[in-house]
Amino acid sequence: MEIIVASSVGVLTAGGVYLILRLRTFPVILGLALLSYAVNVFLFASGRLAINLSPILSKYGDATYTDPLPQALVLTAIVISFGMTAVLVMIALGAFLEAEDDRIDLDLVGEDDINGEDAGK
Amino acid sequence: MMHWIILPVVLPALLAPLIAFVMRYDIVLARTASMVGSIGLLVISIVLINFAAGGETFVYRLGDWPAPFGIVLVLDRLSALMVFLTSLLAVIVLIHAIATGWDARGRHFHALFQFQLMGICGAFLTGDVFNMFVFFEVLLIASYGLMIHSGGRQRIQAGLQYVVMNLAGSTLFLFALGTLYASTGTLNIADLAVRIPELPEGEAALVRIAVMLLLIVFAVKAALFPVQFWLPNTYANAPAPVAALFAIMTKVGAYAILRVHTISFGPGIDATQDIAGMLLFPAALITIAIGAFGVLGARRLMSLISFSVVGSMGTLLLAVSSFSQTATSAALYYLVHSTFAAASLFLIADLVVLRRASDSLTPKSPTVQNGLYAALFFAAAIAMAGMPPLSGFLGKLLVLDALRDPDIIGWTWSAILIGSLLTIVGFARAGSILFWKSTATEPQETDPNPPHPATALEVAPTMATISLLALLAVFAGPASGYLEATSAQLFDRDGYVSAVLSAEGGE
Repeated sequence: MEIIVASSVGVLTAGGVYLILRLRTFPVILGLALLSYAVNVFLFASGRLAINLSPILSKYGDATYTDPLPQALVLTAIVISFGMTAVLVMIALGAFLEAEDDRIDLDLVGEDDINGEDAGK
Repeated sequence: MMHWIILPVVLPALLAPLIAFVMRYDIVLARTASMVGSIGLLVISIVLINFAAGGETFVYRLGDWPAPFGIVLVLDRLSALMVFLTSLLAVIVLIHAIATGWDARGRHFHALFQFQLMGICGAFLTGDVFNMFVFFEVLLIASYGLMIHSGGRQRIQAGLQYVVMNLAGSTLFLFALGTLYASTGTLNIADLAVRIPELPEGEAALVRIAVMLLLIVFAVKAALFPVQFWLPNTYANAPAPVAALFAIMTKVGAYAILRVHTISFGPGIDATQDIAGMLLFPAALITIAIGAFGVLGARRLMSLISFSVVGSMGTLLLAVSSFSQTATSAALYYLVHSTFAAASLFLIADLVVLRRASDSLTPKSPTVQNGLYAALFFAAAIAMAGMPPLSGFLGKLLVLDALRDPDIIGWTWSAILIGSLLTIVGFARAGSILFWKSTATEPQETDPNPPHPATALEVAPTMATISLLALLAVFAGPASGYLEATSAQLFDRDGYVSAVLSAEGGE
């Protein structure tokens, strides 16, 4: 169980980091999505792994339970990262439509334009 | 009485959707509501400062859950000061945005503005690190919208970079929080201070990793080397009033470092006390250098100012990095100063760029009111570079005075002094190109639509920030008195912890 969770976090993070270092927006968005999955699984495991246990104390005094707090944290993180991904897709789409190019790095064309314009005058 | 503490979060949170849904087609109504809301926030923050000035630490338990189990908001002198700073800056920036018509160049400016204020105030008031993450996300998502307000190719591309950078930062924040929770079992700032010293030897390594990750996240927000690179592009391409408001956003990062590294991981907690100082000190030195060289080499007015913001963050965090009471009160004075100095520079840059129709640092024929803008730019640049008579000089003097420990004096003094010199040269160059050389250029054929001179209302916010800097210099005595008390309270960990964790319920 531990090895599955740990290696899935590791693989998702490695894939995510590789993808966000790409030059184009679409792989970067996918990379951020992978990273957010990785972090969700990681947060879920931060309360220690427990199988087949409820997240509340049993009324019969049975002390074993799974930590409910990481589940609440993960829910918050999922909602936030979902919203953020939606915003990112919209902004990336806007940038693509404005520039007709989906490169992530800022081209210095704008700056050169300003200077070129001035040089022309 | 204690419900005052949550008002800086609740007021903008209620107002923003109202503006977005009800007043979206009526700019006058939205402006009025936003203005009234911001002034209301200013009034609330003054009340909060009055409460906090007594030196008591007030705790607001959400849902009346006792502290380590429920989320708390904590009001002490530092958070009251930061909320006051935010709301004062917000009112000034809002007047500028309304007077220059920036808010009407795109949709939802006022709603996003209020959400931004909600996030910033929440981040300053919260007493829980996960809650701080949530408020960071609120302020970030609003800042994404504000950053690309009114659109344009360059701006949206820069905005995309900013969003990607911050999303990666948020992911790192969550990893840090997960690690912290896994090793300590709590995310409450006060409770962390109790639990970390109790940890067994072996667990400390995990906490140290979490603390370092957290420090990187806050360094991203505070634009500290090596994660400062997002700032110049973002600020230089954001709408100028938004960039002026963003002057407080870098301070959110500095505040978070100050807060958690004094209370939770600070001096006296063996497992983590050395991390922040050790990493911040060299990073801050390099940040000062980057800022200074950036100012010297900038080809655009907006990026010149952005790099000066980077440099000022370096100076601020250099003072923070020694984690002593005197240095912290100096850092806080410099924090207040640099917020308004950066804001005044961005506001004056907006007035100039609008009339020159370009922000490249090349001579062009003088525009209307050349003398007025030259004077304002001169005053703001003096403040930012740290020359007398404005508060920048006193701020840097206090920082230098606090950092004259013989072991570090060589590094700190040379970084700050040489950095200031380069900044002065950079600003002098920019000012003389923009305002003096332009008077020597041949007037071009008359423009059919000459730019209109700035109205009194358009200049007033810039004047206001510069007079605030003057006031900060004149009343430096009382101000640093309050800030010394603030820093004393910040280093009184037991006071904070016992106030937050005391068993008695809400008022």
